[in-house]
Amino acid sequence: MKPAGARLADPGTAGPATDPMVPRPFRVVRRRRETVDTFTLDLVAEDGAPFVFAPGQFNMIYAHGVGEVPISISGDAADGSRLVHTIRAVGKVSAALCEARPGTMVAVRGPYGKPWPTTEAEGHDVVFVAGGVGLAPLRPAILNAIANRHRFGKVAVLYGARTPADMLFPEEVQRWRGMFSMDVDATVDRATPDWLGRVGVVTKLIDRIEFDPAHTIAMVCGPEVMMRFSVEMLSRRGVADDRIYVSMERNMKCAVGFCGHCQWGGEFVCRDGPVFRHDRIAHLNPIREL
Amino acid sequence: MVDIHSVSELLKDIEFFQEFGDATIEFLAGCASNVAYRPGDFIFREGGAADAFFIIRHGDVALEMHSPGREPLVFETLHPGDALGWSWMVPPYKWSYDARCRGVVRGLSFDATCLRGKMEADHEVGYQLMRRFLPVMSRRLLGARLQLVDLYATENGR
Repeated sequence: MKPAGARLADPGTAGPATDPMVPRPFRVVRRRRETVDTFTLDLVAEDGAPFVFAPGQFNMIYAHGVGEVPISISGDAADGSRLVHTIRAVGKVSAALCEARPGTMVAVRGPYGKPWPTTEAEGHDVVFVAGGVGLAPLRPAILNAIANRHRFGKVAVLYGARTPADMLFPEEVQRWRGMFSMDVDATVDRATPDWLGRVGVVTKLIDRIEFDPAHTIAMVCGPEVMMRFSVEMLSRRGVADDRIYVSMERNMKCAVGFCGHCQWGGEFVCRDGPVFRHDRIAHLNPIREL
Repeated sequence: MVDIHSVSELLKDIEFFQEFGDATIEFLAGCASNVAYRPGDFIFREGGAADAFFIIRHGDVALEMHSPGREPLVFETLHPGDALGWSWMVPPYKWSYDARCRGVVRGLSFDATCLRGKMEADHEVGYQLMRRFLPVMSRRLLGARLQLVDLYATENGR
């Protein structure tokens, strides 16, 4: 039964096809190592039905006998035949998922949450700012921008990671860089001299790109400190708070705004987020107790 | 001999000098010269006399620190338009890291003794230069703090 008051997603965005608390069985069909502790799993539904989601949404993934965790979807929203998740091993459940080999069964509830404003961004310049594994939740929105490039103004993808070895999807990012239609730049916090890319914090990249601040939508995803300073830099460049979107991460359990584990001020991150327009949550950021 | 006129024209095109008036630009151009480096060249090395600062016009420069038994660590890269070095403003005027060229680098070098003399003789020029350097220093200090905080750390402390 659907919990009272549960709200899955905005009308028009994707949500679970059945009861939001009932998982669907999926089989791991591919496992790729991205970094030392981060893996990408391709999943296929056992019932063969396509998986419909909007960029920025997440699923609850259950590792049998271990537990369930919220994981953003990192695959292409235009391809419903395959569900792609990029997972960093930070706890027991995520570590078990990272160990899942092809053939392993997992259970998936979702998709949940508010997505990136991909439709609202059409007609505008778009700046994606990703930090560390934050590139994974942004990837579906970036793929959408690439597939529908003519619908957007300038598109910039700015990516920062701790070291070159910590970068997600390095070959794909390199491929994006080779496209003449996007401004793609990456930086790392530290490197050895054999790294020929930029070194420095990701916020510096925001200063270097050209866009029209009055007609720009920015989507930012990464650890909270990185997002705070990226938002500040975007604001300095003139991007209004109601044009900046961030993806928050909290301890999500039920994913439907019922259990309260992910409550953040008056917001439930699973239900009201994870993507928030910054002007709606800016007042919560300075409160360290939250 | 340095062509003062052409250097001042170059300075006017560089964002770092955008707020300076013509007289100050001419003044500063008297301390400047064009420089070029080959890939791998060190523009300066840790402990050396900080006798200049640089504006990069072409190419990338890696700022490195080294420690015995370890590969040098690149902690920042600078790119066209960036100012390189402020140790020339602070006694004892010694570089505190290495600056190595990643490829061909061209830029403008400003003689520190000449600049310090002009800043002392004309406090307005000194104030304008300090005013221009402070935001650069502030941004790099913030960058260093963010690197120290480790922006990409997760709850498990990795």
